[in-house]
Amino acid sequence: MSRARFASRVNWLAASNGEIQGARHSLHERMRHDHLITSKQFSRADIETVLDYAAEIDADPSAVADRHAGTLLGLLFFEPSTRTKMSFETAMKRLGGDVVDMGSIESSSVKKGETLADTVRVIEGYADALVLRHPKEGAATMASEFVDVPLVNAGDGAGQHPTQTMLDLYTIRENAGLDDLTIGIMGDLKYGRTVHSLAYALTNFDAHQHFISPESLQLPREVVYDLHQQDAPGIREHDSLEEILPSLDVLYVTRIQRERFPDENEYQKVAGEYQIDSDTLEAASDDLTIMHPLPRVDEIAPEIDETEHAAYFEQAHNGVPVRMALLDLLLSDDKAIGGEGDE
Amino acid sequence: MSNDHDHHDGNDEHELRVSKIRDGTVIDHVRGGQALNVLAILGIDGSDGEEVSVGMNVPSDRLARKDIVKVEGRELSQDEVDVLSLIAPDATINIVRDFDVVEKHRVERPDVVDGVLSCPNAGCITTSGEPVTSRFAVLEDGVRCGYCGTIVREEIASLIDT
Repeated sequence: MSRARFASRVNWLAASNGEIQGARHSLHERMRHDHLITSKQFSRADIETVLDYAAEIDADPSAVADRHAGTLLGLLFFEPSTRTKMSFETAMKRLGGDVVDMGSIESSSVKKGETLADTVRVIEGYADALVLRHPKEGAATMASEFVDVPLVNAGDGAGQHPTQTMLDLYTIRENAGLDDLTIGIMGDLKYGRTVHSLAYALTNFDAHQHFISPESLQLPREVVYDLHQQDAPGIREHDSLEEILPSLDVLYVTRIQRERFPDENEYQKVAGEYQIDSDTLEAASDDLTIMHPLPRVDEIAPEIDETEHAAYFEQAHNGVPVRMALLDLLLSDDKAIGGEGDE
Repeated sequence: MSNDHDHHDGNDEHELRVSKIRDGTVIDHVRGGQALNVLAILGIDGSDGEEVSVGMNVPSDRLARKDIVKVEGRELSQDEVDVLSLIAPDATINIVRDFDVVEKHRVERPDVVDGVLSCPNAGCITTSGEPVTSRFAVLEDGVRCGYCGTIVREEIASLIDT
């Protein structure tokens, strides 16, 4: 490489590093001490900034190990959760902070009839930020109106689950890229909040989205309305995977829950049509990436786990660096976010 | 006759059924059958002793059949009446003082409606006994809950929180 080209390359790298830091600071300015309620809050640039930061943290978590020593994250889970709750807890602890946990609703004041508005106002006094999962749609929006500390929506009924979306996007980017993407999203699209958040976020990219579900579990019309408002490049709904499988880069599978069906027979009939095993995948591309927010029951046969297609355990792992990045953006006061800022 | 809107409809007969008011508000050109919803939205149920006259399904040139609501002793503000646009988009508002119409305006679609409507989604946090006022964004062809995102395009009147 000639001296001139080398110098130009160094300058370009310096400039792009500056741009990355600039975008991160700009997002930090908007996010810090604010609430994180829906994937609609994020532009394409915002998403890329979060994913870049998460990748940095993933590569070297020790660089941010003490950034939030003394910070307490309040966990309010009104529904059972394993991955989301534990990964928030892990993320906060890996940033040097700790958590205070409301515990199960059976052992809390909620059992006595306390409103959510009261519960969050009390726990706001104990913690520097709150993470809320609640069975009602709009719970995080409402709760955020009652508190001053940042509140993170970790799932509100059939509404949104924006931090899951960030780790889903991270996983898609690592495995297939976010542009020129053809993705199939299959299963319970009606009640699946991870689907609602993800579908919206993908409209920021050149992603063709195919939604595959039984008729009774199609995307809510509200979600379809939002996707069309975004001028998403391609939105198609199908009742069978077969016709679309060969063209997919990513297949995102969600669980169809028994309780959504009036009787067991009806459930068995429908659920069987949306299960993935090695026979199903004969028609798929060799590069197909299969994702699942987990827990799975029998949507994906265990025989798939050992194949190159399976990305769902990696996806669950990605919850930690992605939530570390998000928590740091929400909680940091200093402008040198990421530790090597140009401030 | 003081209310000139009635002249436009060329129908004097219903004036006999809906009495003139001295001071107050006349809400005219309400879609036929919506008068009681107008009163519900405005929170007027007669319990405060106010004098209210209601004409329903009276002939109208503009609407074929219209409702008309007259409230004695109360001048409704633009903010109060704009929410009526959701169920009575053609309504005209006449402010009457000493039997004369002193102001006449139309209802305008607001961007947001606070209170008034109740979300039909049983899974919405606003219907769960929380201390929160409902909020709906007004779309071109419906309303949308500001909390759970549910869109309602038809029978918005059925959402009126009574």
